[in-house]
Amino acid sequence: MSKQITLAHGNGGGAMQALISGVFVSAFDNPLLATGEDQARLALSELNALGDRLAFTTDSYVVDPLFFPGGDIGKLAVCGTANDLAVSGATPRWLSCGFILEEGLALETLEAVVRSMADTARGAGIQIITGDTKVVPRGAVDKLFINTAGLGVIPATVEWGVTAIRPGDSILVSGTLGDHGATILNLRENLGMEADLSSDCAVLAPLIAPLRDIAGIRTLRDATRGGVTAILHEFARGSGCGMTVDEAALPVKTTVRGICELLGLDALNFANEGKLLLVVEAAAEQQVLQALRRHPLGRDAAVIGRVTDDKQVRLRGLYGVSRILDLPHDEPLPRIC
Amino acid sequence: MRFVDEYRQPELVRGLVARIGERMSHTVYTAEQPLQVMEVCGGHTHAIFKFGLDKLLPPSLEFIHGPGCPVCVLPAGRIDACVQIAMRPEVIFCTFGDAMRVPGRNGSLLTARQQGADVRMVWSPLDALAIAKNNPDRQVVFFGIGFETTMPASAMTLQQARADGVENFFLFCQHITLMPTLKSLLAQPDVRIDGFIAPGHVSMVIGQRPYAYISDICHKPVVVTGFEPGDILQGLLMLCEQYVDGRCTVENQYRRVVPDEGNRLAQEAMDRVFITEGASEWRGLGVIDDSRVSLRPEWSAYDAEGRFNPDPQPVADDPRARCGAVLTGRCKPADCPLFGGVCTPENAFGALMVSSEGACAAWYQYRRSEA
Repeated sequence: MSKQITLAHGNGGGAMQALISGVFVSAFDNPLLATGEDQARLALSELNALGDRLAFTTDSYVVDPLFFPGGDIGKLAVCGTANDLAVSGATPRWLSCGFILEEGLALETLEAVVRSMADTARGAGIQIITGDTKVVPRGAVDKLFINTAGLGVIPATVEWGVTAIRPGDSILVSGTLGDHGATILNLRENLGMEADLSSDCAVLAPLIAPLRDIAGIRTLRDATRGGVTAILHEFARGSGCGMTVDEAALPVKTTVRGICELLGLDALNFANEGKLLLVVEAAAEQQVLQALRRHPLGRDAAVIGRVTDDKQVRLRGLYGVSRILDLPHDEPLPRIC
Repeated sequence: MRFVDEYRQPELVRGLVARIGERMSHTVYTAEQPLQVMEVCGGHTHAIFKFGLDKLLPPSLEFIHGPGCPVCVLPAGRIDACVQIAMRPEVIFCTFGDAMRVPGRNGSLLTARQQGADVRMVWSPLDALAIAKNNPDRQVVFFGIGFETTMPASAMTLQQARADGVENFFLFCQHITLMPTLKSLLAQPDVRIDGFIAPGHVSMVIGQRPYAYISDICHKPVVVTGFEPGDILQGLLMLCEQYVDGRCTVENQYRRVVPDEGNRLAQEAMDRVFITEGASEWRGLGVIDDSRVSLRPEWSAYDAEGRFNPDPQPVADDPRARCGAVLTGRCKPADCPLFGGVCTPENAFGALMVSSEGACAAWYQYRRSEA
């Protein structure tokens, strides 16, 4: 096999078969994939034993750079889709993956990404059971894009969703905000910050699993692109309630704050890849907080605000003055001065 | 975080607010006839709204939001000229990030990029010079905008380009200088500005001396002020003390950063490369005498206008926008008939809505539920 991806690796012939068996099947290594059929065949009896609803989601990953402190595009492609399943209360079980590869991509780059996907999935009890590979001419994509779709099963006892949110509920986050967004910005724009800056990319299912036994959980989301601000607006829109968060309560690492201060950006708008935003009944607040903090992924969990009845998303500042927390129209751009 | 948190402490802020309230009670100003303080700089405007400082202060003190956001006051026609240059196939057009969305008549630099122009966001003019060195077969243009905060870096980059013999690097000069604008505002009839807090980062370069015109000739006190809540409130307190004491002078609150004489090296670099003469158009303010910053003749080989000859693009401001009235304290952003309807951050008609640091954009972002 050549050391670079060529158009032959996507044309359905021998080179493509060699790539699939030599890279994907061997790394993902599970019986469903090894059958070599055009589809994975899932036993309904197994699904029925886990719950009463399927959760099904898909996402595409186009991050640049491909490798960053705390993760890479492969880990991201597993974590992101697994988390979209897990926040419904589902146990993520199976993923598909589609690769779009740029002609000329180093084979070892692809192998490193695939290894990372396999390790992340295996660590989370997830199997990658079907997939697809396309190779496009140089310049048609930027190195490597991945799409993953995921299936999980929701236990019959779990009914989480935005329509359950009520005024007076508590708003929590599972840890420090903006780590992933700041890490990528730092690398992409060569800002040169190094200390303590690492993506929070992680599968959140083990953090979420103990929450299923707690009464009073209204809803949860992973705060990815658009950050906490975007999710608060989604909660407000979906529930018809307002959201007020307290600036002094927001957990943000000093390095991330530093980048924000330097560029005039807001950590609340930065992407996270391993953080939950939760709305819970006020009476359940402390129990949920303790459950989150017991897991390493939730040790910096905090109560950050309250659900209100004024239909607005607001931030109460350090001096008690409340202001609108606007949803940025577009990706914020750094200021001149 | 050092150099940030110590100037944001709630106890410090509460103490300063209480002292300002106490000093204001010794002045003639009331809620009906408040002391009107212009914060010249968009950075100050943004901090005041973000931290809600105006809501902490007594109603006898009112902020007037000034013209000091270089992106806001960029005339739409200049953006059209940028787009025209950027669309040339041989050009790599480099700009600071927040200039990318400023709307011209034919869209922004961001829309030009969508249409195929090679527009790149840079963090410093030196980044643009590096792009020129790495692309000798392309013509690299840096869009030089900003007040005295960004002019020294542009000047030093041109000096570096000359020293390195780089011949494919050009500056599209839209730098502006602060003092003529303030003089122009104060010359307007029925101006309601009683004093100024002046931008600390501009003074870091120019020092305090240029403001003497405002205190000595226009009889308005000035305090050069930093950007943290503690700085802004202390600057206001110093201004209040001047009213109580019957003084009118230029003072420096930001001594930890600003030497009284400014930065001589930066001043020399600017003087060597730029000249301020003739009238210049400002978005929202019209044409202002003696405010045009150009490259000196000996730097003309680096002048993008001379090299690419973009068409003159006069674009009149929308007459319905009340930017001038907001800038002189005659009305608040939400009093403008266009605010929040025709004029929004996504579709900015008026100057003060163009960048997030403009008074109207800050009001829209943080206060529009009160409109």
